[in-house]
Amino acid sequence: MSSETLVQVITANLLREGHVVWLTPEGGWSRDLAGAQCFAGRPAAEAALARAAAQTDVVVGAYLASMRPTPAGPEPVHFREAFRRAGPSARARGVTQA
Amino acid sequence: MYVYDDFDRDFLAERNRQFRAQVERRLSGALTEEEFRPLRLMNGLYLQLHAYMLRVAIPYGTLNPVQMHKLADVGERWDRGYGHFTTRQNIQFNWPQLVDVPDMLDALAEVGLHAIQTSGNTIRNVTADHFAGAAADEIADPRPWAELIRQWSTDHPEFQFLPRKFKIAVTGAPNDRAVTRAHDIGLRMVRRDGETGFELIVGGGLGRTPMIGKVIRDFLPTGDLLPYLEAIVATYNLLGRRDNKFKARIKITVHENGIDRVRELVEARFAETRAEFDADAMAAHFAHIAAQFAPPALRAADPAPLDTARAADPIFRAWADTNLHPHRDPSHAIVTISLKAHGETPGDATSEQMRAIADLAETYGYGEIRISHEQNVILPHVARADLPALHATLRRYGLATANVGLVSDIIACPGMDYCALATARSIPIAQDIALHFERLKLEHDIGPLKIKISGCINACGHHHVGHIGILGLDRAGVETYQITLGGDGSEDATLGERTGPGFSAEKIIPAIERILRSYLDLRQSREESFLAAYRRLGAAPFKAALYHEEKADAA
Repeated sequence: MSSETLVQVITANLLREGHVVWLTPEGGWSRDLAGAQCFAGRPAAEAALARAAAQTDVVVGAYLASMRPTPAGPEPVHFREAFRRAGPSARARGVTQA
Repeated sequence: MYVYDDFDRDFLAERNRQFRAQVERRLSGALTEEEFRPLRLMNGLYLQLHAYMLRVAIPYGTLNPVQMHKLADVGERWDRGYGHFTTRQNIQFNWPQLVDVPDMLDALAEVGLHAIQTSGNTIRNVTADHFAGAAADEIADPRPWAELIRQWSTDHPEFQFLPRKFKIAVTGAPNDRAVTRAHDIGLRMVRRDGETGFELIVGGGLGRTPMIGKVIRDFLPTGDLLPYLEAIVATYNLLGRRDNKFKARIKITVHENGIDRVRELVEARFAETRAEFDADAMAAHFAHIAAQFAPPALRAADPAPLDTARAADPIFRAWADTNLHPHRDPSHAIVTISLKAHGETPGDATSEQMRAIADLAETYGYGEIRISHEQNVILPHVARADLPALHATLRRYGLATANVGLVSDIIACPGMDYCALATARSIPIAQDIALHFERLKLEHDIGPLKIKISGCINACGHHHVGHIGILGLDRAGVETYQITLGGDGSEDATLGERTGPGFSAEKIIPAIERILRSYLDLRQSREESFLAAYRRLGAAPFKAALYHEEKADAA
C-alpha cells in the first residue's frame, strides 16, 4: 500500500464522556468513523487538526490517523485505530456478556 | 483491618472536594487539559484508548465486605457492571465519564477507599503478600507496616514529584508472594537473634529495563522503617535522573551509581531522618494501627463434611486440590477464588460476582477479603468444614474454576483492548491459551505454571518473571508476541530469557503448546515442574521445539 492512496482523519476523545470521536465535515464530532471527514493532503489535515485541537472544551488529545479510503468510508490502516473504532475485543468484555 | 478515623475521613473528604472543584474548572474552561492532566492523574483518573479509566487503590490487597459491595455498586452505577482487578492490587473501572468521577470518589470514600497516588510520579499503592495474616509460613502480618507506609506516603509533600513512579511491596513470609525483588523498594520481614526486622531491597523493577532488586540493608529494626524509607526516597529524589524518562526509575539510579554508593548516601541521610522522626510517637501510632489487624477468633469446626465432600464430589476435590493453601491454623484454609474462568478476562469480576464474594466473606470468611497481584480474590480464613458449602455457592456465580497456579491462571495486563500505551492485545491471548489447554485436557497434567502476558514493554503483566512470559509488540503494524522462559517472581527471583523471534497472534498458541509438550516429554516425573525442568535443561530443548517445528511448518 503506497502512502499516497491514504487519507487522514482527525480523532480524539470527548472531554466529558471520554468517548472516541472523529471530526466531521461540518466541524462537529461523530462517534461513527464512517462520518469522519477525510483529508487527502497533509497541509490541509494539519490545519484542520490545529482548529480541532483548539476545541479544548469539547475534546482531548486530537491527532491525525491514517485511513484507507473505501466506498463504505475510511478504513483504519493500523490495528490500534481499528480497535479504537470497534472497542475491546468481543471476548475481552466476556463477563459483561455472561 | 484498618478503620479510618476522623482525620482520615476529613482528609479524604477535603481531597475529593478539591478534585470536584478541579473537574468543574476543567469543564468550565478555567483549567486547560495540560493543567488538569496532572491533577486527574494524582487522583487515579486516566484517559485510555476508548474512555476514561479510574484506578482505585486496594491498599495491600485488603478489603472488607462493605467495601466490596461498594465496588460492585460503583461498577454498576457508573461503569458497565464490572471491575478489573490489576497486578498491583488495584481495581480499574474502564468506562467512567469525567462528569461522574467526583461522585464515584465520594461513594468510595464512604467506605474508606480512594484513588490517591494510583498514578503520577509518586509513591503508589503499597502492595503485600495476599496471604498476609493467614499463611502458615509467615513471620508476622506485614499489613500494619504497609498501612503505616500508606499513611506516611499519602500526600507526602516531599514526594509528590519524584523523578518517576515509585512502588513498594512488603511480605512477612520467606516464600515471597509479593514479588518484592521487582519493586522500587521490597521489604521482607526477617528474624535475627529473636528480633523482627526488615531486609530492604531497592532498585528492582520490570518494564523496559528489567532488574532484580539489590539488598541495601540486610536487617533493619522495624522501628527504623519510616526514617529509612524516607532516606531512600529522598536520596532517589535528588539522585534520580529527570533528563530521560526511560532512565528515571530508581533501578537505573542504583545501576548507574552502584548499590554501595547509593547505600552510602542513604545511610548518611538516614542519620538525619532518624533524628528527625519521633520514634516513640511512631511506635505508639504503629501499635494503634496493629491493634486493628488483630487476627479473627477462629472457631473450632468438625472437618468431617470436608472429607465426605472430597470423597463424593470429584468437582469439589479438583477445586480443593488447586485453590486451597495451608492456613496457620490446620482447621482452616486459605481459599483462592479464581477470576480466570476459561475464556474470560483475567481479573474481571461482575458486580454480581463481587457481591457474592462479599457475602461469602461475611458468611464463611470472618469478613476478610484479599486481592492478589495475580488477579484473583482470596478468602484468607475459611474453616475447612465450610469449604463444600462455599464451593457450592462459588459455582453458582462462575467463581469455582479449579485452576489456581495452573496454565490458565494467567496474569494479563489490559493490553490494547483498553490501554492507551499498549502495543498489542494481551487479554485475547490469555483467553485463547486458557481455552486451548482446557480443550486439550492438559492443564492438570502440566501442573504448576505461571504464564504472564504484557501488551507492551512497560510489563504491567510481569512477563519477565513468568515461567513463560509473553510480550506483545507492534512489528511493522502487526501484533507480534515474544516469548521469555524461566522467569520467576518468587524469593528466587529471576528474569526470563528471550527465546528468539516472536510469533503472530495466530501462531503464539501453538508455540506455547510446543513448549509445554516438550516439557511433558522431558520432565523426569510429574513432580518436576516446568520451572524446575527448565532450570535443569536450560533453554535449548525448548527453543528447538519452538523454532524447528516453526521452520518445518514454513517449509
